[in-house]
Amino acid sequence: MHMPKPIIDVSHLSKIYKTGDIEVKALSDVSIQIQEGEFVAIMGSSGSGKSTLMHILGALDKPTSGTYFLDGHNVESLSDDDLADIRNRKIGFVFQAFNLLARTSAIDNVKLPMEYAEISDSVQEKKATEVLERVGLSDRMDHTPNKLSGGQQQRVAIARALVMEPAIILADEPTGNIASTQAEEVMAIFQELNKQGHTIVMITHEEDIADHAKRVIHLFDGVIRSDKSNKKQKIARLKS
Amino acid sequence: MKFSKLVLNGFKSLTVNKMRTGLAVLGIVIGIGSVIALVSMGEASKLSVQSQIQSIGSNLLTISPGAQTSGGVRGAQGGATTLTNDDAEAIKTSAEVTTVKSVSPEYSSRAQVIAGRNNTNSQIVGVEPAYVDVRKIEVTAGSFITDSQLTRNSKVAVLGPSVAEDLFGEGVNPIDQKIKINGNEFQVIGITKSKGGSGPTSTDDYIFVPLTTAQKQLFGAKHLTSIALEATSENVMTRAQNQVGYLLLARHGFSDPSEADFRISSQEDLLETITSVTGTFTTLLSGVAAISLLVGGIGIMNIMLMSVTERTREIGLRKALGAKKKSIIQQFLIESIILTFTGGVIGVVLGIAGFYVYAQVNGSQFVVTAESVVLAFSVSVGIGILFGWYPANQAANLQPIDALKYE
Repeated sequence: MHMPKPIIDVSHLSKIYKTGDIEVKALSDVSIQIQEGEFVAIMGSSGSGKSTLMHILGALDKPTSGTYFLDGHNVESLSDDDLADIRNRKIGFVFQAFNLLARTSAIDNVKLPMEYAEISDSVQEKKATEVLERVGLSDRMDHTPNKLSGGQQQRVAIARALVMEPAIILADEPTGNIASTQAEEVMAIFQELNKQGHTIVMITHEEDIADHAKRVIHLFDGVIRSDKSNKKQKIARLKS
Repeated sequence: MKFSKLVLNGFKSLTVNKMRTGLAVLGIVIGIGSVIALVSMGEASKLSVQSQIQSIGSNLLTISPGAQTSGGVRGAQGGATTLTNDDAEAIKTSAEVTTVKSVSPEYSSRAQVIAGRNNTNSQIVGVEPAYVDVRKIEVTAGSFITDSQLTRNSKVAVLGPSVAEDLFGEGVNPIDQKIKINGNEFQVIGITKSKGGSGPTSTDDYIFVPLTTAQKQLFGAKHLTSIALEATSENVMTRAQNQVGYLLLARHGFSDPSEADFRISSQEDLLETITSVTGTFTTLLSGVAAISLLVGGIGIMNIMLMSVTERTREIGLRKALGAKKKSIIQQFLIESIILTFTGGVIGVVLGIAGFYVYAQVNGSQFVVTAESVVLAFSVSVGIGILFGWYPANQAANLQPIDALKYE
């Protein structure tokens, strides 16, 4: 039987924050493997360490101990600039607060990662248009974020996460700042992307959002409490 | 990212806070503007002084009275009355003085001059005909003082163009008109050509009368206030200075040149002195301007630091999306260079405009050197780099996670 190589391979990960004399263990001995094409939800209440895990998976932060292989690269050994490169090419971020550049059109926001990858203007234009069409925003490409609803802004952010064709899409509470009907749309887009083969790792504290994933990992006090596949995956529908 | 895009993005983010951007630019505008204006003014005054001195003649030596020592008490510089007509005569006739072409003994003093209803206070200069050659004077109307007028103590006067205008108004021919100097009536016989400049050193403001008339009838003096000499060529200036110097020392009974009661100066000396004075002045002004430029630069740094703090989350996002340290430094450095470059352009324009106004008002030369413009530009861009570097580096060194979480 063919055993696929994991895209995310984390083993014995610990993260300790030090504030003065007080040590806070945010993660302890966490090991996770995520294969290509999975849709994983990482759940936990606030303080469970899920954000810390997300930041380490996103190569935004480094663990205190343990190893992290992302698509075959040992993240620990990389310099700041190499990490920037990894984030640029391998990871697509979707943030709770969207984090779009203000006063910048949707399409220019989507182009931003490609600017840092030094991709030619014509290719940028083509790819950005393409991904914005995929998230259903072809008619709003020139709108600035303040002219878009929360759900639309998050779709721009998803388009931006997609545009570099990353190995994984990391979503941190992607529905946390938007209305529930629009949250449904975002989930529908994620499921569609997952169907097309994208690997998605999503952090949430909402049960019914996590239900849209194929696998759910529960974190509690920095330790993995459960890790099982979701038998009853909820299917979100795109309202035309 | 491409340079053109970096610049475009820089402009875009600077227009977000127009007031702040404007004020930051203003600091640089004032700095660069004052550098350009003040340095140009300094240059121009140096040039005008030089050309004025050159117009007097480069073969010219001037003997002026020094301090007179009587009974062990040394008087004021220039106060000596020991320079006499005989001295001038001796220079003319001495066999030892071989390098002097012509000699112009002069007696000059200020006096009130009246013509009809107009009156003015003017420099009256008693001269011999040789004055024209030695001092490079040209007569535009009428004639200059002649030998026969000199011997006859004639009451004739040649006016400088400024005095002529003051006394008779513009467009009136003063030739053959009468003027009164200290109550004595004089007939105007000529007008000299303008040499430019103004004030007590400009011959445009002089009234020339025969030396004999000035000494005997106007001022009752037996001495001279100066003797001007024309050397045979520029190359023998030092020799001429020495020959005349020793002759006069012997005549005045001094053996030590340091005790001399006269001074011989060449235009070269004067030029050097004035150039060094204007040079000091220019340096001083430039220093003041440089300080305002420094203050402007600190303003830029302040704005950029504020901007970095304000946009910490944006920096975090950019890093999350793959921006390297270099890209972040570029972004902020370009913004500060845009600020200072814009300030530089406006500053150069305003500085030149300010200098133009100054030149118009003061009638000085309007010369803007390419060097000062290039210097101002490179300094302004340099300030952008210098004061933009620290904030840009601060931004680039932020950890992506800290920057993203920044509230």
